[in-house]
Amino acid sequence: MKLTKLLASTVLTASVALGATAAFADGHSKAVTVMSWGGAYTKSQVEAYHKPFTEKTGIKINSVDSDNPAKPIKAQVEAGNVTVDVADVEYSDAVRLCDEGLLEPIDASALPDGADGSKATDDFIPGALTDCAVANIVWSTVYAYDSSKISGDKPTTMADFFDTKKFPGKRGLRKSAKANLEMALMADGVPAAEVYEVLATEAGVERALAKLDTIKADVVWWEAGAQPPQLLADGEVAMTTAYNGRIFNAAVTENKPFEIVWDGQILDFDLFVIPKGAPNKEGAMDFIKFATSTEALAEQAKWISYGPARKSSGPLVGLFNDGKTEMGPQMPTAAANMGNALVNSFEFWADRDAELSERFNAWLNS
Amino acid sequence: MADTTAADNSQYKAAALAALAPQTGKGPLTTADGTPLKAALGKAQRQARIRAFILVAPLLAFILITFIAPIGSMLFRSVNNDSFSANAPALSQWFDQNPGIVGVPEDEAAWAALAADLRIAKKERTAGQMGTRINYDLPGSRSLFTKTGRRADKLEAPFKEAFEKVDKRWVDPDLWGVMRRGSSPNTASFYYSAVDLTQQPDGSVVAVDEKRAVYKDIFVRTLILSALIAGLCFLLGFPVAHMLATVPTRYANLLLILVLLPFWTSLLVRTTSWIVLLQSQGVVNDALDALGFFTLMQKLALFDPMQQAGIIGSTGRLEMMFNQAGTIIAMVHILLPFMILPLFSVMKTIPPSYVRAARSLGASQPRAFWKVYFPQTIPGIGAGLLLVFILAVGYYITPALVGGAKGTLISNLIAFHIEKSFNWSLAAALSAILLVIVLIMYWLYDRIIGIDNMKLG
Repeated sequence: MKLTKLLASTVLTASVALGATAAFADGHSKAVTVMSWGGAYTKSQVEAYHKPFTEKTGIKINSVDSDNPAKPIKAQVEAGNVTVDVADVEYSDAVRLCDEGLLEPIDASALPDGADGSKATDDFIPGALTDCAVANIVWSTVYAYDSSKISGDKPTTMADFFDTKKFPGKRGLRKSAKANLEMALMADGVPAAEVYEVLATEAGVERALAKLDTIKADVVWWEAGAQPPQLLADGEVAMTTAYNGRIFNAAVTENKPFEIVWDGQILDFDLFVIPKGAPNKEGAMDFIKFATSTEALAEQAKWISYGPARKSSGPLVGLFNDGKTEMGPQMPTAAANMGNALVNSFEFWADRDAELSERFNAWLNS
Repeated sequence: MADTTAADNSQYKAAALAALAPQTGKGPLTTADGTPLKAALGKAQRQARIRAFILVAPLLAFILITFIAPIGSMLFRSVNNDSFSANAPALSQWFDQNPGIVGVPEDEAAWAALAADLRIAKKERTAGQMGTRINYDLPGSRSLFTKTGRRADKLEAPFKEAFEKVDKRWVDPDLWGVMRRGSSPNTASFYYSAVDLTQQPDGSVVAVDEKRAVYKDIFVRTLILSALIAGLCFLLGFPVAHMLATVPTRYANLLLILVLLPFWTSLLVRTTSWIVLLQSQGVVNDALDALGFFTLMQKLALFDPMQQAGIIGSTGRLEMMFNQAGTIIAMVHILLPFMILPLFSVMKTIPPSYVRAARSLGASQPRAFWKVYFPQTIPGIGAGLLLVFILAVGYYITPALVGGAKGTLISNLIAFHIEKSFNWSLAAALSAILLVIVLIMYWLYDRIIGIDNMKLG
């Protein structure tokens, strides 16, 4: 397996390098290499960011996929062989990589103003701009069920997910401490606003694990984002946590009877970062400015149900590319979905991830 | 090996020739141009050796650069982590100069040094690196460094009070104990972590809280599961290999392709196929249900005991996926060719006349098999077992996909620390321990069976 991975990454790096050189040779301006998560998500970025950007500036974009674009950055920067200009990473990774000096700082004041004239620093949702990163979307971890499999009352709260008496059947959960501990506490009655306060104490961790204990025997653990819709479709689980966009795509483009429960959703950002020593820093910055403009962010929501990180993009969000699904209510940030939503605390996880992951792994094995 | 032997032989020949020379009575033998034969021979051999080395050099360089050097640098990381000491030079120097001071220092110079380091860290954006190293030993302290780092320019003398005002945790004696240890890049603490031990701030080594202990259990599980998988591969592979070796060649070739076909199929495809087959709503369970297996079990009053034993899950189906059973089934299937192929190649060379001779001398069929046939297959068995075991110990993607809670192996945790927690030093320490275990297995194998007996094909 390791060999396959090594080969794959070698081929990938080689093709990126080749692609970059080719673009450099034939064009006046250097191509920008953008690394993202693949699948429907990369497609949404290609349609909303890459194509219009190339059209406008003539600068080519090389789109590269990774199962987590944060992974190669540390290795590339430490080896002094950076091939990626822009990477799309999760919040805690953006902060951590930035703190470890692996990213180029990004001056938020250089970003364009919103379409409604508001300053970029006011236009972005609080927390969407950091020293080294600019958020493009808001996504969320939610739980979903197959409505054709549940007769009678439908689940509506986080507590229902943990109630195997009322809603029998297996549960899908991501095999990680993150998200599960928070959801367990919310199901146990902790309001979203107090979750991290409670989780910071030993008693809080115990409480969360005790709640997870109640369904431990019924859990199917997943690791990759593509797994939960599959588990639901196979009838392998009655409910599963998942990334909201994956469930939306399965429901709308594949006509699966999947329903999302927004109660207790955990919001997170995806952010653009520039690895330290990126070969085309200037192009990378131009791309980020373009891609995180009001219009581009609104355009992206046409392709996947992740919310734009700018407030001014909200009113511009329209229909899905099938031409009939209204995207507004599908956004994690839609008012109706925000009733009991938790914003993922990167600071908490940057501090406690190592420790809580060990606790979680030990709990899994006990 | 062969090259050295050949070279040695020719040296003997040269020596023999030289020894012969005086006996002929005509002085030392010379070549046509008058140089002594011995020198000419030596020169020719030297040239041959250099030519051979030049031919091997590209491969050697390739292995050195792509294999030995990365492994070496990873192993070095397991005992060396300078992310604190390199980013806090002034404080590290203070620690060196004041070896006796334990706990929170009263010496203002220490606090001034820390403030100076943090100021540089702010400029260089390295406060996170400093904090991350300390966070390994004292969870929660990473944010202390990033938070204070952001305000480093505002810190003014008296520094101790200034730090205390930013955050009370700065006067925690444990923090200073951990920082003192971090001030030296050389550390054994990652090896302690890798075997569920921890170093107290006072320097003593104790077991971690059992709620956090995880690595030792998973090491043991990895070894047990790998041994089990190797054993199962042997039990399943031996008859197959025997059949391959004994049926007529045209059938054997066809059967061999059947063995190799899955071998050439993508690992991911095979793993996910097993999920489709064995999950609780999968093909096998559906078939069993349609055949009335579960009703039969209920009639025989076996259903409830099976459910209690965890063989049948809460959905009333057999639990064969997302647990240890899933890991074992999928890995046995994937690794089976590594057992069958060495066995087959050894069995192919065993003349059938030996067993026939034993039979004709009056041995029963089982006796002929045990006494004559089986011992000759041991080199193949040894090679297969060792190969499957070593591959299984490092297996990664299959247990990650089908292992569920209790089917994960140590390589999954190594991957976790490389990719998610970025704690490369701990990942390196875990890998080093795994490497040592594999070397010990290899050594044991050599002692018990003998590595020269191994036949890979």
